[in-house]
Amino acid sequence: MGPTCVGQGVPRKEGEAKVAGRAAYVDDLRLPGMLHGVTVRSTAARGRILAVGFGDGIPWDELVVVTARDVPGVNHVTLLDTDQPCLADGVVNHWDEPVVLLAHADRHLLEEARRRVHVEVEPLPAVLTIEDSLECRTVVWGKDNVFADYRVERGDPDGARRAAVHVVVGVYRTGAQEQLYIETQGVIAVPEPEGGISVHGSMQCPYYVQKALGPILGLPPERVRVVQTVTGGGFGGKEEYPSMIAAHAALLARKARRPVKLVYDREEDIQATTKRHPSRTWHRTAVDAEGRLLAMEVDFVIDGGAYKTLSPVVLSRGLIHSTGPYRCENVRLRGRAVATSAPPHGAFRGFGAPQSIFAVERHLDRVARDLGLDPVELRRRNFLHRGDRTAVGQEVREEPDMEGLMEKALEESDYRARRVACRRARERPGETVRRGVGLAAFYHGSGFTGSGEVHLASVASLECGPEGRVEVQASSTEIGQGTSTILAQITAGALGVDYRLVEVAPPDTDRVPDSGPTVASRTCMVVGRLVERCAGQALEVLRAEGLLPGGGHDDAQFVEACRVWCARHGPLRTHARYEPPPGIRWDPERFQGDAYGAYSWAVYVARVAVDTLTWETRVEDLVAVQEVGRAVHPLLAAGQVEGGVAQGVGFALYEKVVWRGGRVANARMTDYVMPTSEDAPPIRVHFVERPYAHGPSGAKGLGELPMDGPAPAIIAAVEDATGAALDSVPLLPEDLMVAMEGVIESR
Amino acid sequence: MRAYLPAYHAEVPGSLRAALETMAREPGVWTPLAGGTDIMVLLAAGRLPPGKYLSIRGLPELSGIREEQGAVVLGALTTYREVRRSAMLGRRYPMLCLAAAASGAAAIQNRGTLGGNIVNGSPAADTPPALLCYDAELELISMATVRRVPYDGFHTGYKTMDLRPGELVRSVRLPARAEGAGALHYYRKVGTRSAQAISKVVFAALGSMEGGRVRACRIALGSVAPTVLRCRRTEGVVTGLPLDPARRREAAAVLRTEIAPIDDIRSTRAYRERVARNLLDDFLARLAATGGPGD
Repeated sequence: MGPTCVGQGVPRKEGEAKVAGRAAYVDDLRLPGMLHGVTVRSTAARGRILAVGFGDGIPWDELVVVTARDVPGVNHVTLLDTDQPCLADGVVNHWDEPVVLLAHADRHLLEEARRRVHVEVEPLPAVLTIEDSLECRTVVWGKDNVFADYRVERGDPDGARRAAVHVVVGVYRTGAQEQLYIETQGVIAVPEPEGGISVHGSMQCPYYVQKALGPILGLPPERVRVVQTVTGGGFGGKEEYPSMIAAHAALLARKARRPVKLVYDREEDIQATTKRHPSRTWHRTAVDAEGRLLAMEVDFVIDGGAYKTLSPVVLSRGLIHSTGPYRCENVRLRGRAVATSAPPHGAFRGFGAPQSIFAVERHLDRVARDLGLDPVELRRRNFLHRGDRTAVGQEVREEPDMEGLMEKALEESDYRARRVACRRARERPGETVRRGVGLAAFYHGSGFTGSGEVHLASVASLECGPEGRVEVQASSTEIGQGTSTILAQITAGALGVDYRLVEVAPPDTDRVPDSGPTVASRTCMVVGRLVERCAGQALEVLRAEGLLPGGGHDDAQFVEACRVWCARHGPLRTHARYEPPPGIRWDPERFQGDAYGAYSWAVYVARVAVDTLTWETRVEDLVAVQEVGRAVHPLLAAGQVEGGVAQGVGFALYEKVVWRGGRVANARMTDYVMPTSEDAPPIRVHFVERPYAHGPSGAKGLGELPMDGPAPAIIAAVEDATGAALDSVPLLPEDLMVAMEGVIESR
Repeated sequence: MRAYLPAYHAEVPGSLRAALETMAREPGVWTPLAGGTDIMVLLAAGRLPPGKYLSIRGLPELSGIREEQGAVVLGALTTYREVRRSAMLGRRYPMLCLAAAASGAAAIQNRGTLGGNIVNGSPAADTPPALLCYDAELELISMATVRRVPYDGFHTGYKTMDLRPGELVRSVRLPARAEGAGALHYYRKVGTRSAQAISKVVFAALGSMEGGRVRACRIALGSVAPTVLRCRRTEGVVTGLPLDPARRREAAAVLRTEIAPIDDIRSTRAYRERVARNLLDDFLARLAATGGPGD
């Protein structure tokens, strides 16, 4: 057996093609006879469609026009529910809801045509905030605007609260956030013989698209082929939305009988597609004199927008993470996902957890402040340990050693000395810049929540060809995060062969099995484990045939074994289906049990400088210490952390969606201010490695974790610097000014 | 690209004379296009008015930086990059270089021009407050006339200016400065992020002290009114006087009446006003600390 490439910084599988400019993204593809498509959208937050007018000056007979009437199957995009229409029919429930689709060969004419379609809407009252939705004076969804309502109760929170020395209450908010993948949403739909369709596009989940398209087009799954093109980022934004845009392109292509390309520009992408759910979290926490958590009560509400989409699962992940990595025997949690008239909010890296973790980490700082305890000490006294149970009753089976992670983060950031130095500096007169430090401790569950992985029952397969070339087959997508590279590494490691012998098949529903969606920090841990098992089976088969020695082999022996096997039997194929780790149980009715197979654990420390003349905050340093099992590719893993932290900096201090009557008013990167590389702090990444028994080569999930910690750590640091009580993000300079000075007098 | 391209007509004149002839033939019809850093954004968004555009980029008669009898003359097509990299400007008019370096980022600085920044007429432009502090003059040229006007007063309202049909900005002239070597040049762009930002407040000020009193002081702001603004009444509060805290407070109170910030998608009126006053106060405090000759 040769040296394993797991843990090595091997070259990315698709890296060279991307760097050299050969990688073809969907907008690079041109097919013969291809038309372009555009979408005409609603111009009201809510209302009845009275008429659709087609203005003068456009040769309408040259254009392909699709409305809800042209949908051959069901007019909804199937997800958890069937409430979201593919094209609005009679009513609109949010701004920029798709109403009419147009296609033509001339993109410029098409844009002019789009401007001349008038969707006349008679407005109905809209619901614009979580509070409005909960008040229920206007009902925009179901009977009560509630998509989902979950409750969790353990122990006796009321009794514990009555006996407590201190009870601390707080309310915390987070805003919408745009994913801002570099490549905007786009697909090409191609009509296939006998009414079939194929779709090529930028996406995270090819099988989600296939499942949604079949019912809309009235086609069985095997007639719908979905191929992922090279994808420039997703961050969750390409989890559910590609089903919508793919359906639109498919409807146009079907009617035109020609390929149709539909690609959004940035403005349309920001205005019409999903964002992170805004949230409001109420905490009431009872503590004893030493700061031990006696009871935690949480009311977590997220704004789901106009349709249910994925909100209930975003809610469940958020709720499960809402008490953080802390031990508390008496817990009462309530989580609601509510409807508003905003475009549906959706998956975004962290999936509810960044919202609820922001709240609990800020709240613990408030508890510490009220008790006069150091925030570090309060956390140390309450961390989960092996044998403890989480809020939903999951037993912690391996020691997380949060103290160790925290100590490492404090050391690397020189937290204690910095905290003192910042305080001293603030006391100097005439100083216009104030500095502060803050920390966040958190965990993030890897893989689907609850019994999700069991229901998914993902499959991956492996094929070994006559030249010893190995192909990994899975629908897990490379979206810039390194899927192709790490799946090849895990496979090569398990087969004991050179990394270069392994390739990963491009996700294509005609060619690869359904290994589940590329979401939930599951690709490495769950799908990686499947391909590792496939590799193990292949070795067993070759050994059983007597083609490989039992004790180890080199590449030449492996290639020869494959050659002989293929000559005798044809290509060697193995496959593996998901099996939960032993002892994992989840009760969806009681919301109790093993919510996740494994958790990754982390402590982040931020240092900030606040300019008191302009209330601008600069993050000067961010130390990120985490335990993610084993890092399969340390460089890519560090890249994941750096990217997540940068997004977290944006979530905390820069990125504010400005809503005007339910519409995004700042749908351009000029006005929706994401941080630049100039604004990102030095990000110092440290992995503490503790191999996980049920992950491939010991790996757990990582992708979402780094999104959770930056915002609470940064805002804690701003609070340390300024003394202002800060309980919401994004915290723009305007917001900090108000927090520091109270309501500014009007002139 | 949301624009309907057939609705746009663009020409590339071979010389300044050809450009001026074209504009003279159809006065008010042609819009000059220089670096295109604003026009191309509007075009892509489908918000650029259809019409005729004259691409003057690269015309040698409008390019280059030269010194002329103590003054510095910058061709209207001088890019931010050229401004930023000029050691001479860095010595003599440092705020102009800071403003150029704060505009957009490298790609914008390679294309964007000083003249374009002026005639685009944005109240949030980064270089105009510096130009106002340096008492810049504009040289305007048409087929019929050449005239020189003070930059202060050139902007007459939101996106309106003293530019006649058929006229182009030929150059920006910075007169020799009289403040002396001890002057304080104070420039701050406030735009939330460190690059690629549209300003929420731009603050430029130039001052010097003599014998414990303000000898000279010029203050100009961007993003706080329909145009960039020279704040002469605020200057008047401090000029010739010592800078005690009461005087600084009075200056801030007068500044508040001179500016007229608004709420928009980028910021709030209250924030812009408070930041403008804070920066004024910071400038005056630093100016007082310089003391100056005879102190």
